[in-house]
Amino acid sequence: MARTTPAPALAPEVAAVPPARRRRDAPSVAAPGPRAARALSNVVLVVVGLCFLLPLGWIVLASLDASATLTVRFPDELTLANFTAVMTPEQTWVPLANAFVLSAGTGLITVVASVLAAYPLSRYRMRFNKPFLYAVLFGTCLPITAMMVPVYSLFVRLSLLDSLAGTTFFMAATSLPMAIWMTKNFMDSVPISLEEAAWTDGASAMTTLRTIVLPLMRPGIAVVFIFVFIQAWGNFFVPFVLLLTPEKQPAAVSIFAFFGQYGSVAYGQLAAYSMLYALPAVGLYVLVSRLSGGSFALAGAVKG
Amino acid sequence: MTATLAPAPVGPRAGRPAARRAPVRRTAGRLVPMLPAVALLALFMLGPVVWSFYGSFTNAALTGPNAANPEWVGLDNYVALLGDPDFPKALWLTVLFVVASAVVGQNVAGLGLAMLMRSALKPVRTVVSTLVVTAWVLPEIVAAFAAYAFFHADGTLNSLLAGVGITGPDWLFQHPMLAVILANVWRGTAFSMMVYSAAIAEVPPEITEAATVDGANAAQRLVWVTIPTIRRSISTNLMLTTLQTLSVFTLIYVMTGGGPGTDSSTLPILAYQEAFKFAQVGYGTAIATVMLVIGAVFSVVYIRSLKPEVD
Repeated sequence: MARTTPAPALAPEVAAVPPARRRRDAPSVAAPGPRAARALSNVVLVVVGLCFLLPLGWIVLASLDASATLTVRFPDELTLANFTAVMTPEQTWVPLANAFVLSAGTGLITVVASVLAAYPLSRYRMRFNKPFLYAVLFGTCLPITAMMVPVYSLFVRLSLLDSLAGTTFFMAATSLPMAIWMTKNFMDSVPISLEEAAWTDGASAMTTLRTIVLPLMRPGIAVVFIFVFIQAWGNFFVPFVLLLTPEKQPAAVSIFAFFGQYGSVAYGQLAAYSMLYALPAVGLYVLVSRLSGGSFALAGAVKG
Repeated sequence: MTATLAPAPVGPRAGRPAARRAPVRRTAGRLVPMLPAVALLALFMLGPVVWSFYGSFTNAALTGPNAANPEWVGLDNYVALLGDPDFPKALWLTVLFVVASAVVGQNVAGLGLAMLMRSALKPVRTVVSTLVVTAWVLPEIVAAFAAYAFFHADGTLNSLLAGVGITGPDWLFQHPMLAVILANVWRGTAFSMMVYSAAIAEVPPEITEAATVDGANAAQRLVWVTIPTIRRSISTNLMLTTLQTLSVFTLIYVMTGGGPGTDSSTLPILAYQEAFKFAQVGYGTAIATVMLVIGAVFSVVYIRSLKPEVD
């Protein structure tokens, strides 16, 4: 079977996948009028691509435009003034640092808890496994947005409102179901025979987890961590409801406050701030899709 | 809990006669590493769900005496919900939003893109899929700003329309639902596209080619070969996009704020506004509970379709 050359760097998910049946020299019989059909699909794709590009292009172009409007257009002169204007500690750096603390904390707690939870699920056959996995799957599906009102009153009761730690733990809990699911799948692919040897030598389960399983599934753990990190980084609603003081709020919330205050005048700065805030997420996504070699980590993991 | 764990046969050493006689203590010991995860899930996932059901029967408020000591009001919140014209409207808008943007929009666009990518030139494929995926990878609030600028009265869409001599309406005010639906299709299609690309690549080429030899045209092959072969991916993807779209808040909140009036207030927006803008936490919680139940029903259907993979 002649697959075409593997994925280009940026979008391996799609490019890696399609042309399973395309042949270099002999065009497939499954493509009647191949040239016309091809030209048509290229044209359609270019049009669709433009539709997707226009809103994205606005962010990039407006951020470089001294007199940006809401319409996408090429700036009369390119300037970094918007970036320098927003790159102040209280405007950008503190919220970005908060976002980092929140996301890294969430990622760390989630990874530790899900590795610990996945180990028994992956290694022992217990009656507990099936109901627990069903519960986890169910938790994956729950609309978190729907929970925010009761979560708010719960946080008031627990005096956790406006606490970075409380918010971090909550976000870790909401990402746990998916993380446990992914971690268990990664762990299942580590062969058990190595551990059995260690067990025979008297090593405990936790020792084998630390010394044998974890080193073997390092890329998987990185994928889970980055996946949770990106989600937490982009989360707006949870910190918006649970964190009240501006000094504690992550970039997602402070950028919204900025939008509310200056959004109708300083479009260029809004776009520049958006760029600064979005770049880490995009960069990490590229990293994770390289690590996992395709869509598996983000889309495929969902399918189990 | 221990009762259910009692006779636990063990994975690596299963089959040994000694293991059959229920070493409860050992099983319990093996479950210890799960405690942090279970505690977090119980406190922050199960807790709010239980609290949601309880809170929806109280008159909890943000401030005033009812904030400190909410009273039990029975079904009052739900009765109010049924009598409130905003609720059926929000329910309808939610259904419209989910069906139009997720079930139809993202799935059809995702499947279409995945099919087109197969016969496209490589550079086109690379660039277009990168663009589509970028819209999905961006933090939701940034995507919302981009969509806001696109659909704003002075935005890109209207200046494009002006270019061909049409005076576009103020989309965010006159057609708020259309704007947020299109924005959600724009943002979410990447996910469906990736799922369908992967699924289509698995369709055996022999079947497609046999259909061609039998004289099936492209549309017939799609309907009679491709779609039946990937139906499992379709149902999984339908459920996932439905659940994701059901809980979309940021996109709508940034673009229209649920307005004008309540013309684009889906259930998440309505719950937020009742609870935090009008300080009716109990009432907002009742709406949240309704959403949780809807989400739970979808989840159960979805999980049933995934059953073989857990077992």
